[in-house]
Amino acid sequence: MASGKVVLKVGDDISTDIIYPGRFMATVLPTETPQFAFADDAQFNRKLKAKEIAAGSFIVAGKNFGCGSSREQAASCIKGHALTVVARDFARIFLQNAINLGLAMVICPTIEAAEGDELEIAEGAIVNRASGKRFPIVPLPKARQAIMDAGGLIPYTRRLLMEREAAK
Amino acid sequence: MGMTIVQKILARASGKTAVQVGDVVEPRVDLAMSHENAALVLNQFQEIFQGTGKEARVWDPDRIAIIFDHRVPAESSKTASNQKKVREFIASQGIGKFHDIRGDVGGICHQILPENGYVRPGAVVVGTDSHTTTHGALGAFAFGIGATEMASVWTLGNILNVEVPGTIRVNVDGEFPPHVYPKDLILHLIGLLTAEGANYKVIEFHGEAIRGMCTSGRLTLCNMSVEAGATAGIVPPDRETLRYLREVAGVKDPVDLPASDADAIYDRVVDLDAAKLEPQIACPHTVDNVKPLGAVAGKKVHQIVVGSCTNGRLDDLEVAARILKGRRVAEGTRMLVFPASWRIYSDAMRLGYLSDLVDAGAVVCNPGCGPCLGIHQGALGDGETALATTNRNFKGRMGNPTAEVYLCSSAVAAASAITGVISDPRGVK
Repeated sequence: MASGKVVLKVGDDISTDIIYPGRFMATVLPTETPQFAFADDAQFNRKLKAKEIAAGSFIVAGKNFGCGSSREQAASCIKGHALTVVARDFARIFLQNAINLGLAMVICPTIEAAEGDELEIAEGAIVNRASGKRFPIVPLPKARQAIMDAGGLIPYTRRLLMEREAAK
Repeated sequence: MGMTIVQKILARASGKTAVQVGDVVEPRVDLAMSHENAALVLNQFQEIFQGTGKEARVWDPDRIAIIFDHRVPAESSKTASNQKKVREFIASQGIGKFHDIRGDVGGICHQILPENGYVRPGAVVVGTDSHTTTHGALGAFAFGIGATEMASVWTLGNILNVEVPGTIRVNVDGEFPPHVYPKDLILHLIGLLTAEGANYKVIEFHGEAIRGMCTSGRLTLCNMSVEAGATAGIVPPDRETLRYLREVAGVKDPVDLPASDADAIYDRVVDLDAAKLEPQIACPHTVDNVKPLGAVAGKKVHQIVVGSCTNGRLDDLEVAARILKGRRVAEGTRMLVFPASWRIYSDAMRLGYLSDLVDAGAVVCNPGCGPCLGIHQGALGDGETALATTNRNFKGRMGNPTAEVYLCSSAVAAASAITGVISDPRGVK
């Protein structure tokens, strides 16, 4: 099962303005957005850009992570660094954007972890190896899981398009 | 069992007689709106068609609207090049509802859609902008989506995997006191519900204060419903909706007026009395950090902003002009005004509001999103404070993470411009 270190711990209501500040919105392509991830957190952004943060590392957040703007850059910039966000819960559009990009987000209402802790995604739970505690994961609704399983909304839509064409 | 207006809209758009909360449906889309981020949508759209051997064509060019508003005129060559790419795509696909950077038809997407009659009661409207909730003011089910989701809509014509949302019913009775506005009501409600209190839900507005409110105010309410996390806000359409559609939006064809059933089931009911409201302020750095104005009165303000999709309409400009006419914006404070569309700009010019504002020292800018999201005009300096009629005050929102943004009505913004500190419009003689 996937495991990694908590590299950033944040609180409730982390907005997309914090994840991907509006002034970088002219940059849209998923190949280019990662450089501006958490741009106003100079230290964290620098570590990301310097590749000092391992793929598969975790961001641990409180409630309503990704609130605010619908900008998809907020999801694609996290995907570009191969980070997983474990939050107590997520704002609707952000979570959907992540799923649409095939980026796993973990809804874990009771998560307790500190920066530096090693987390493991186990069957139906997050295990904090530092404390030894298990925190149950809320599974995605079936319809959304289907998009994840397809690898994101682009391949999912492509398949539907071809099915509809074939049925014509 | 009765259905809410949104359940009815989703049932009809999904070809069903009834839907229940939690059902997963794939409704057809009546209107799909994007702004500059159409540059990303078209990238994702073209990717969907890769390897299919099919030419990438949108499902219905008449149901797509694209409005440039976030960075107008372009602030950088990068933006200009993105806009150019989108223009070429629009031409190649035959998309007609395109509002370019023009002084006749331009403006902010959430003003352009209603004032051009693109939004009808009972419609399903999606937009690649979180404030797409605005269009619930006309009785549509309207919500924000991301760019890849929009690419899927452009391809298929429906939106996949929509869970029928539950609804919070908000009844607002009583009359608004003088100098208290729909903005104060929605800020108060967001404070009450919290920033995620309506996540995955619809906020449905009822009551005599809503029935007596003009469409402009309803647009403000629905616009900011997303700040409580709501998927959508909605005002069941009525005579005022019809008046707006006929007189302002120029709609001539028949219009349906869907309504919630009397026995519809609500997740929660909130009762408010407009008569008890006073001017409200959302304090940094979350929109639900709402206080009565008195709690922050006297706070020094460096930049006042009147405008945006929330409060840049003619009545907002009228209120500001009335307060500022014959007065001056305080030294040490700058005031920026962004009408929500060029039509509003032109009306405000004819009615003398713009000259009243300019004579007082305000800077009237071209319609657009302006400084609201910190990407274009009116960025804040280190440690500065802004008081704005916009919709968000997140850290970094106006382009500077060390600055602070307070949110308020147009009346509070204008009263505070005179003094240079947060001031109560009820005290302006």
